[in-house]
Amino acid sequence: MLIQWVTYVSILIAIVAMIAKALRYMTAPQNFRWELYPVPHERGKAEYGGSYLEELDWWSKPRHSDLFNEVKEMMMEIFLLKGVFHHNKKVWLFSLPFHLGLYICIGWLFLLLLGGIMEAAGSAVVVDAGTFGALVHYLTVISGYVGLILAGYGALGLFFWRALDSNQKAYNSFAEYFNLLFFDVVVVITLAFHFGSDPSFAVLRGYVRSLVTFSPTAIPNVLFTLEIVTMSLLIMYIPLTRMSHFVAKYFLYHAVRWSDTPNERGSKIEKRIMELLQKKVGWSASHIQTGKPWSEVVKEMKK
Amino acid sequence: MSRLIKVKDISKKTDRLYTLDPKDLPKLPYPYEDWEDPPYPEVAEIKRKGKDISLDGILNVPVPAPETDEEKERLVAKFLEGLKKLLTVENNWTFLKPFMLSIDNCVRCNTCAEACPIFEMSGRAEIYRPLFRSEILRRIIRKHISPGGKLTAKFTGSDIDLNWETVARLAQLAYRCTLCRRCAQTCPMGVDNGLIAREIRKLFSQEMGIVPAELHEEGTVKQLETGSSTGISPMALMDLIEFMEEDITERTGLNIKMPFDKAGADILLIHNAGEFLSWPENIEAFAIIFELAGLNWTMSSDLVGYDSVNYGLFYEDVQLARVTLKHAEIAKKMGVKKVVVAECGHAHKAIMAIGDRVWVDDVNIPRESCFVTLEDIIMSGKIKVDPERNNFPVTLHDPCNITRSMGIIQPQRRVIKKICPQFREMTPHGVHNYCCGGGSGFAIMQGANFPSWRMTIPGRKKFAQILGAFTKEEFDSGVNKYVCAPCSNCKGQIRDLLTYYDAWERSRILYGGLVELIVNCMTDVREGFIEWELH
Ligand code: SF4
Ligand code: SF4
Repeated sequence: MLIQWVTYVSILIAIVAMIAKALRYMTAPQNFRWELYPVPHERGKAEYGGSYLEELDWWSKPRHSDLFNEVKEMMMEIFLLKGVFHHNKKVWLFSLPFHLGLYICIGWLFLLLLGGIMEAAGSAVVVDAGTFGALVHYLTVISGYVGLILAGYGALGLFFWRALDSNQKAYNSFAEYFNLLFFDVVVVITLAFHFGSDPSFAVLRGYVRSLVTFSPTAIPNVLFTLEIVTMSLLIMYIPLTRMSHFVAKYFLYHAVRWSDTPNERGSKIEKRIMELLQKKVGWSASHIQTGKPWSEVVKEMKK
Repeated sequence: MSRLIKVKDISKKTDRLYTLDPKDLPKLPYPYEDWEDPPYPEVAEIKRKGKDISLDGILNVPVPAPETDEEKERLVAKFLEGLKKLLTVENNWTFLKPFMLSIDNCVRCNTCAEACPIFEMSGRAEIYRPLFRSEILRRIIRKHISPGGKLTAKFTGSDIDLNWETVARLAQLAYRCTLCRRCAQTCPMGVDNGLIAREIRKLFSQEMGIVPAELHEEGTVKQLETGSSTGISPMALMDLIEFMEEDITERTGLNIKMPFDKAGADILLIHNAGEFLSWPENIEAFAIIFELAGLNWTMSSDLVGYDSVNYGLFYEDVQLARVTLKHAEIAKKMGVKKVVVAECGHAHKAIMAIGDRVWVDDVNIPRESCFVTLEDIIMSGKIKVDPERNNFPVTLHDPCNITRSMGIIQPQRRVIKKICPQFREMTPHGVHNYCCGGGSGFAIMQGANFPSWRMTIPGRKKFAQILGAFTKEEFDSGVNKYVCAPCSNCKGQIRDLLTYYDAWERSRILYGGLVELIVNCMTDVREGFIEWELH
C-alpha cells in the first residue's frame, strides 16, 4: 500500500495547494479599477476595444454584457492560446501542443478514474464489454497516447526554445528547465511501460481501482512503480509552481483585465470600499499621516 | 554592450550599468532617414551632486547617492520595509490583487518585449526590456520576503543581491516606462509590467519620499495647496479668462462669456490647467462649442476645481485619492448633473476610472468624456460645420489612458471623420496605439538630460508613426499637416517632438486638439481659427 499512499498524499497536496492559490486571489480586497481593453463582454464594441464609457450619459443606460463573446474569447484563449498565437508564434508552436496535451491527459486521468470505479462496481472496461465499457476503453487508449505524446513534444520544444533562444536564455531559471524535463521524464517512463507491457492501460486502471477501493494491488515491475511515483509527484508539484497559472489567469482576466463593473450608489463595491477606507495607513513618507485611517488621510495632506 | 547585461548585474558597483549611444537607435522613415541624433548630454555636475544616475546616466528621478555604508544599509532596509507594505491589505488594498497576480504569474516568455516602444526604440537595450525591471522586483520579493526564499533562490532563479545599487537602479527603471500598458495587452498571462512599474514608483514615494519633483512637490502638492500644478491661483485664473474672452472676440468675432461656479449646471467642464497657459485656444474652443450648442455648463474657480490634472495617477495612491476626492467634493458642492472631462488623458482615467472607486457614497457624481459630449453636439447638428475648411491631411493620436485603459475609441473618430475630409489613421491605432512617449508624467519632466532621452527613445516611436501617417507627396508638396492630439500631456510631448525633430520647419507638421478642429470648421465662426504656427 505504500505506493498508493504516495498517490493519495500527492493528490491531497495538489488539491489543497490549488484551493489555497484560488483563495489567495479570491480573498484579496477590492482594488481600484485597472481594466485593459479590448474587454470581450462589451457588446458591439469588443471588436475594436470600445467600452460603455463611449455612451452619452452611460450611467443612465442599461449595460449589456455579451457573455457569449466573453466565453468565446476564453475558449479561444484556453484551447487555441490565441494571445500567444498573435504575439509569439515561435512559442505557440510548442505551447499549444503542450497545453492541449495536458488537457487531454487530464481527461485521460478522469477516464482512468471512471474505468476504475466501473471495475470496482463489477463492470468490465474492455473491447467486448458492451457499448459503454468499450467506449471508455477506447477513449482511455486514444486520450492516453495522444495526450502524452502532445505534452511530451510540447515540453521538449519549450525546453529547447528556452535553452536556445537568445532573448530567452538570460531569463530562464533552473526551475523552468527542471519543470519541462520533469514532464518529459514522466511521459517517457509512462510511454515506455505501456508500449511494452500495458498498451491498453488496463494495469494502470487496476491501480486506480485499488486507489478507489483502498485495497492493495499487484505492482508488475520497477518501471510501473517509477511511473506511479513520478506521475504522483508531478500531480503534487504542478500546483506548487507557476505551472498552475491557469488558476491565476482566471483572476487576472476576470478580476482585473475585464473587470469594468462601475461602482453604483449602495452597491457591494461601495460597501467594500467604505470598509477598506477604515484600514490604517502604514506608509511613512513625510506627506502621509502614518497610523491614521485612509478615510482621514485622503481628506487632507500632511504639511 | 547591452546584450551582456543580466538581471543580477543590477547590483554591480559601477558608475554606469548601460551607456546610451545614438548609433543604436533605429532609423526613422521618410523624410527622416538621414536624421542623426546628437550624443546624450551628461548631467551637469551641479545637478547630479548627491544623486545616483548609475543606471544609464539619465536623470529624472532624484535617487540619493549615500556617502556611507551605514546610510546605504538604512535605505535598503527602508526599501524592504516599503516592499513588505506593498504586499499588505491595509497599505495597498488599492492595487494588491492586480499586483500579486502580476508578480506571481509571469512565465518569463518575453512576449511583452516586442510590444514595448521603449525597448524597441532604444535599439533593444536589455535594461529597458519590460521583463528586466519586473524580474528585479520579483526576485527581491522571492528571495528576501517569501518564506524560505533564500534557500530556494538558486533553483527558482531569484538569486539577486540586494544592495543600494540594486535599489537605486530599480527606482530609475521605474521611470523608464511610460505606464502605457501596451506590453500587458500582449502578455498571454495578463501580467501588467506597467502596473509593476507604478507599484515600484509608489513604494519609493509613499515610503521613502523618492519621486520626481515635477510630479510631487511641483505637481500634486502644489495643486492641493495653490489650486493647480501650474501655480495658477483662482485670482490669476480670472485674469487669464478675461484675456481668453477678449481673444475669442478677436479671433472669431463672437462675444462669449465663460461661465464659472454656476450652481446646479448640467455640466461641470474640467480642464487640464496646462491648457490655460500653453494652449488657451483649446479652452476657448470648448467655450465656443458649448455656448453655441446651447449647453447649460460651467467651470469651477474653486481651489483644484479648475485643474483636472492628477499626477498621483503616475506615482502613488495617497495623492491620487486626495486630488480626485477634491474634484468629487467640488462637483458635489456645485450640484452639477455631470462632470465632463476635457482633453486630458490621465485626468480621464483619474476622474472616471480610478474615481469610480473613490467618488463613493454622496460624491458619486456621474462623469463623462468630452469626446462623448462633443460627438453628441456634432452628430445632433447642434452646431453647423463646413468640413471643407479642414481640408488638409489630419491624423489622430490616441492617448493610452483614454483608449487602452478606458475603451473610449470611436466618439472622437466619428467627430474627426465628419469634419476632416483628409483624415487618416496611424498604424497601429485605437486600442493598440503607441504612447506619445510623454506618458506617466514624462511630458512635464524637462530637467537635466531627460528630455533628450524622452525625445529619442519613447518619443521616437510616436514620431515615426506620425511620419508614417502622411504620404511622400504630402511631404514633398509642403502642404500643412495636422496631428490631432486630444490630450494635454500628449500635446506637450508632441510639441516637444516636433520641435526636436524640426518637423514644422522641415515637414510642415503641426499639432493641436480636437476642439480646435471643430471650431476651425464651424460656419458661425470666422474662418482661420487654427493658426498655422508652432507654439
Ligand atoms: S510579463 Fe507576460 S509576456 Fe512578459 S515575460 Fe511575463 S508572462 Fe511573458
Ligand atoms: S508599460 Fe509601456 S513603456 Fe512600460 S514596459 Fe510596458 S510597453 Fe514598455
